[in-house]
Amino acid sequence: MTRIRPASATRSDERVERTLGALAVAVLVVIGLLVVTVLVKAWPSFSYNGLSWFGSGGDVDTQLRVMREGTPLAGHGPLYFRAWPLVWGTALTTVLAVALALVVSTLAAIFLTEFAPARVRALLEPVIRLLAGVPSVVYGLIGILAIAPWINEHLLDNARKQSVAYVVQLNGENLTTATLILTVMITPIMVAISANALAAVPPSWREGSAALGVNRWRTIWRISLRTARPAIAAATVLATARALGEAVMLAMVSGGRAFAANPLDGLTFLFEPVRPMAAQIFQESEGLTIGPLGHTIYAIGAVLLVSATMLSLAGWAAKQPLKRYGMRA
Amino acid sequence: MPPPVRRIVLERDPYVAPPRSAPPAAAPPAAGSRPRPLPAPVGAVRERMAIESVWLAYGDNWVVRDVTLPVRQGEVLALIGASGSGKTTLLRSLNRLTEVTAGAARAGRITLDGEEIHELEVNDLRRRVSMVFQQPNPFPMSIFDNVAYALVEHPRGGGRRRRRSPELELAVTEALRRAGLHEEVAADLDRSALRLSGGQQQRLCIARALAAEPEVLLLDEPCSALDPISTATIEELIVELRETVAIVIVTHNLQQALRVADHVAFMHLGELVEYGTSEQVFDRPAEQRTRDYVGGVFG
Amino acid sequence: MASETLPRPQAGPPSLPRRASIASWPLVDRAAYVLCWVTGIGLCLIAAAIVLYMFLKGVSYLKLSEFVQSPSPSLHQTQSGGFSDPIIGTLLVTAIGTLLAAPTGVALAAWLSEYGRPAWLARAVESALEMMAGVPSVVLAIFGLLVFSASFLGFLSEKAFNGTVTGQSFIAAGAVMSFLALPLVVASTREALAQLPDRLREASYALGKTRARTIRRVLLPAIRPSIASGVVLGMGRIIGDTAIITLILGATLKNEPANNTPILGALRGTGSTLTSYVYNNSPAGEGNSHEKAYAAAFVLLMIVLALNALVTVLTGGGRPRERRRAGPLAIARWLSWTR
Repeated sequence: MTRIRPASATRSDERVERTLGALAVAVLVVIGLLVVTVLVKAWPSFSYNGLSWFGSGGDVDTQLRVMREGTPLAGHGPLYFRAWPLVWGTALTTVLAVALALVVSTLAAIFLTEFAPARVRALLEPVIRLLAGVPSVVYGLIGILAIAPWINEHLLDNARKQSVAYVVQLNGENLTTATLILTVMITPIMVAISANALAAVPPSWREGSAALGVNRWRTIWRISLRTARPAIAAATVLATARALGEAVMLAMVSGGRAFAANPLDGLTFLFEPVRPMAAQIFQESEGLTIGPLGHTIYAIGAVLLVSATMLSLAGWAAKQPLKRYGMRA
Repeated sequence: MPPPVRRIVLERDPYVAPPRSAPPAAAPPAAGSRPRPLPAPVGAVRERMAIESVWLAYGDNWVVRDVTLPVRQGEVLALIGASGSGKTTLLRSLNRLTEVTAGAARAGRITLDGEEIHELEVNDLRRRVSMVFQQPNPFPMSIFDNVAYALVEHPRGGGRRRRRSPELELAVTEALRRAGLHEEVAADLDRSALRLSGGQQQRLCIARALAAEPEVLLLDEPCSALDPISTATIEELIVELRETVAIVIVTHNLQQALRVADHVAFMHLGELVEYGTSEQVFDRPAEQRTRDYVGGVFG
Repeated sequence: MASETLPRPQAGPPSLPRRASIASWPLVDRAAYVLCWVTGIGLCLIAAAIVLYMFLKGVSYLKLSEFVQSPSPSLHQTQSGGFSDPIIGTLLVTAIGTLLAAPTGVALAAWLSEYGRPAWLARAVESALEMMAGVPSVVLAIFGLLVFSASFLGFLSEKAFNGTVTGQSFIAAGAVMSFLALPLVVASTREALAQLPDRLREASYALGKTRARTIRRVLLPAIRPSIASGVVLGMGRIIGDTAIITLILGATLKNEPANNTPILGALRGTGSTLTSYVYNNSPAGEGNSHEKAYAAAFVLLMIVLALNALVTVLTGGGRPRERRRAGPLAIARWLSWTR
């Protein structure tokens, strides 16, 4: 990028540049400190548990309680932790919500750019902004006070609850509620980016396709969507990061236990509680920074941080093809 | 290996002089008259589309006023005229592309093989009346997929629906051959179409339009964005293609109209000023306005 | 020559450009078309449902007195006071966060856009900011807790009984919040700076102005709406965040200042904000008074929506403003502000 520069730099200019550069370095240092601190504080938990940190074995809630109370379980050290239910819960909610949001947002973006009459389009744009702006605690409140009770009453019957009562209590706070609300939360970002990309498809291609006698839907499917693919990929990455980091709403509606929902349970699987990692961190209130509990919580945070960084990289990679077409992301 | 250079044949040898119904006028040929007569079409000339008293408007603006023209297979119809004369709008109304613009309205009749085109299903119509645009617009796909596009997306394509079926390959090869592009790209049909040169891209667009075997081919200034050699190649194509497809070409370039057209329609400010064979319009124009335009008084 | 009376054009072909006569499409394509419509309208309905539901519940439970009363713990919802404290808490946190993020963000954006040397540093800062934008706020919160409970930062919060620094204060929360808003301010400002024509800079340098002065007096004033919209977006993100508040300030309902100095005490103390108040009063928190939760959530929603509308107004009604074609007269006018 060629920057325009003044012909000669005066001393005051150099001073300003040094100050601003120092500010940049300071911000970089703080962010670097963040990464390093989280990783360092998390290390004891990983080094004690090894790779089985990600495995399953015992109940997460019990393990955390034990750390809080300082009474280690028999046969295990104070840092004993098996995060599989958390990891699985995160994976489930994130993947399902992103998959659902991908379909919904693509259809909505196509509607917005191609089929919607002008008045409906003018209505849809503020609607998208509104949905993106609602705070997660409000989504969580609606979930826990309206949607969860509804699901509990109308979709869960006693027979199903009894069938697993010896393992886990089923109620309206479960995988389904969490996934549905999460989908609504991440759809607006994806719609905005996808619609932007679809509108940037060169009109000469669409006109050419129409002139060949291909109907609008097939034109969209084969040409517009294909051209917008890099942007949709970037949007998916962004949405995944958002879903991964969602803590409050999930803490409120995803269930009371860190349970590894089992797909082999059939339909009951949809109603089992889950506990994604960010929600787990959110629910710890005391003594977060000290002792084995602190190390474990930071370990969970470290996993989230690394995932967020990898997603950032993936997002950067996904945006590269866009630059080839000259489109700004 | 670079593709083989195509030899441009400017002299057609032998040719048959077209029959003249009346002895030519005593006046000497006007400056800029046809350098060589076009060869007569081999098959019979038959009428494909009839434009009858067509008026076209965008909003309150009358763009085309009361135009009546025949479109025949076996000949090339050139629409000439200054900018704003309505020739492009008339062309686009032939495959109902004018409908895409808001506020477009029309009066009059346009028929294809006797059927009013507004009663046909619009995508069927556009398959039978294909269009090639001024700027080459190949899709961001391989050459094969580009040419096969209309065939694959045809809802009633039958056996052609599967990609790479033998019928599809045959149809694509035939279309590329008719468009004069086959030798140059046959080596690798899976190359991206965007890598071709401008002239090749335009011939690809022609092949794409020909793949569905249309009855009428509409060309909107197809060579204005191309270099002279590609232009000459495409003009050759047009003359060959008119045997099997009715061709309507809009052009700004009077020499091009001279070179390719059998019949010429001169439009000015939406009206059809003069229509006749190219000898009549260029050598013996009846209207003063035509004489002025052909003579270069205005452009 | 055409006849003198022009015939009326028939309405023949549909002149509405978007009217898709899809009756002739194959079934799959028609199904897709219908699905698109259903999705689009469905999103509108969901948004309407959310707003209507919160409006109905909120208005039914909202009492004006709640704006001025402090929360007080009680078993009965009618006696548990209002949410004046959370509102003050939200204001405090937002103010601290924005005051930290806005100047830093603008300065960073100006450095990245106009200086940016050495190149590796600029790229590192860009990547760091982009990573920051994707980091979950819970991770930021636990990092903030750790930093602010270091004893040399004890002046920023309270000390617990055994002398350890709690690290729980509005200042701490606000500082962590500023990292939420920072990427938004930087992105907004950078984009606006990139869209300014180079003419502006050339003219200023040709007059002998230094780069610093150009930035301060010419470039930044020219992009004031974009900076404002970036700041407001950041504010919206701060106001809507619950995780940092709950983790750093704990489950308190009332604002508890650290000592009695008027403002500094409050800043160093703990308290609640609207978001943590809603969470604590919901069945997931400890209060379980859903009336208060609805009322506070409604107020929160209205604030955030108002901020969104403000951003829309600032960016020119939703459409990005066209690049300013600054003619020579306009440039001269701007440059006359410099001395």
